[in-house]
Amino acid sequence: MAYSKKVVEHFTDPKNMGSMDKEDDNVGTGIVGAPECGDVMKLQLKIEEGIIQDAKFKTFGCGSAIASSSYITELVKGMSVEDAQKVKNTEIVDELSLPPIKVHCSVLAEDGIKAALADYEKKKK
Amino acid sequence: MKKIYLDYHSTTPVDPIVLDEMLPYFSEKFGNAASRNHAYGWEAEEAVDIAREKIADLICATSREIIFTSGATESNNLAIKGIAQMFREKGNHIITVKTEHKAVLDTCKALERDGFDVTYLPVEKNGLLNLDKLKSAITNKTILISVMHANNEIGVIQPVTEIGEICKEHGVFFHCDAAQSIGKIPIDVNEMGIDLLSISGHKIYGPKGIGALYVRRKNPRVRLKSQIDGGGHERGMRSGTLPTPIIVGLGKSCELAGKLLEEENTRLKSLRDKLYKGISSQLPQIILNGDTTNRLPGNLNLSFAYVEGESLIMSLPNIALSSGSACTSASLEPSYVIKALGVSEDLAHSSIRFGLGRFTTEEEIDVTIESVVKAVNRLREMSPLWEMAQEGIDLNSVKWSE
Repeated sequence: MAYSKKVVEHFTDPKNMGSMDKEDDNVGTGIVGAPECGDVMKLQLKIEEGIIQDAKFKTFGCGSAIASSSYITELVKGMSVEDAQKVKNTEIVDELSLPPIKVHCSVLAEDGIKAALADYEKKKK
Repeated sequence: MKKIYLDYHSTTPVDPIVLDEMLPYFSEKFGNAASRNHAYGWEAEEAVDIAREKIADLICATSREIIFTSGATESNNLAIKGIAQMFREKGNHIITVKTEHKAVLDTCKALERDGFDVTYLPVEKNGLLNLDKLKSAITNKTILISVMHANNEIGVIQPVTEIGEICKEHGVFFHCDAAQSIGKIPIDVNEMGIDLLSISGHKIYGPKGIGALYVRRKNPRVRLKSQIDGGGHERGMRSGTLPTPIIVGLGKSCELAGKLLEEENTRLKSLRDKLYKGISSQLPQIILNGDTTNRLPGNLNLSFAYVEGESLIMSLPNIALSSGSACTSASLEPSYVIKALGVSEDLAHSSIRFGLGRFTTEEEIDVTIESVVKAVNRLREMSPLWEMAQEGIDLNSVKWSE
């Protein structure tokens, strides 16, 4: 199976790889997936005044999972929380030309963003 | 960077010596070995006979016991279905092992749909079969035991001599899939008590599309129900015009493998050990899958904890490797062989098979060690699981979302 050029680019030179302080009140952390399924994503969003200022990821998974995390963190940076809620996995599928068997990687990335946003909301309550 | 091939369990290049031997039989000496009334036929028949002898020599059999097939998959089908259908009246029970190749497992599944009972024995943590479990699985309905010689993923070598004895004691036929072991480690079908043995050409520097099945002729004489009917070639067990060029190739590759066996064994073992040491001395949390000593000299199967296998392979675009990760297969299930060892599923996703062979050089091993260490460090840096483990979090205590 050959990878699309975009997947290879994000995999070789991932954007926003790293971690932020999960105790920070302005940082929402989402950890989705499970080791036995072969995919775990940790997505972190730093939110100030309703805008995503920064995004970071760490991912255990195949090349497409790593590329999906890299791309989605790029995508949501600068977005409002409201817009980020609406991000759909299909945007990742289209951008990275993911084959059907890798669609679950994009779903996981979407779930990761939602989980990070939910964590942030919980901290703010 | 030059490409490095470390997937010799998957397939091997045709040895140039083998290719030279084959070439005249494509156009110059093109006769049909079954043409009994002219020189073209005699020439082909003679070439086939010589090849048959070379194959038989490698496994201490006689040439009349070698049946040509299209490869080990067909040999496994012919052996298992052929025995099952021939001896159905005697019994309907077959015993095999969970870590067998799909060509054996799926053949057994097909027989189950046809009314046969199949026992799939588990393996121990080191990948080896427990002989007591084998003995207690035998019933008065058992007609066949099929156990591979060496495993294609983890390279472990099953105790075939002991299995052969057990089969003999109970009057059960013993089929052995030797696709990975022939030419790599010694085989003696008499000493090992093997009644049927599957052989593949392209795993031993021969051509693709050719294989053989050894079928014992004496003590006991083994009869089979043919699976491909036609002109009655190969003692009626496998019809079809013999493909002389690739048969010549299989013969030559067997002869060559026999000659080089000892020397190659020593060389590959030393390279394999160097690879293992080189990686495990520089990286923590590396797990060796399969028995440490009872394994093919050219096989190393490692799990790199907290790193997913496919992403590791993708990080090494110039090295041809194979992974037990689900992502490399169409099924989304990680390797059933690694899972059968009882390791946790995430380690199955993290497994990589290194297959060394005839043309592997020490320089390639040095480059591989360096590249693997670099790639694993980078991916661990990227892995949330590695981060959690470094923070002292027990990953088994985490409640995962999926």
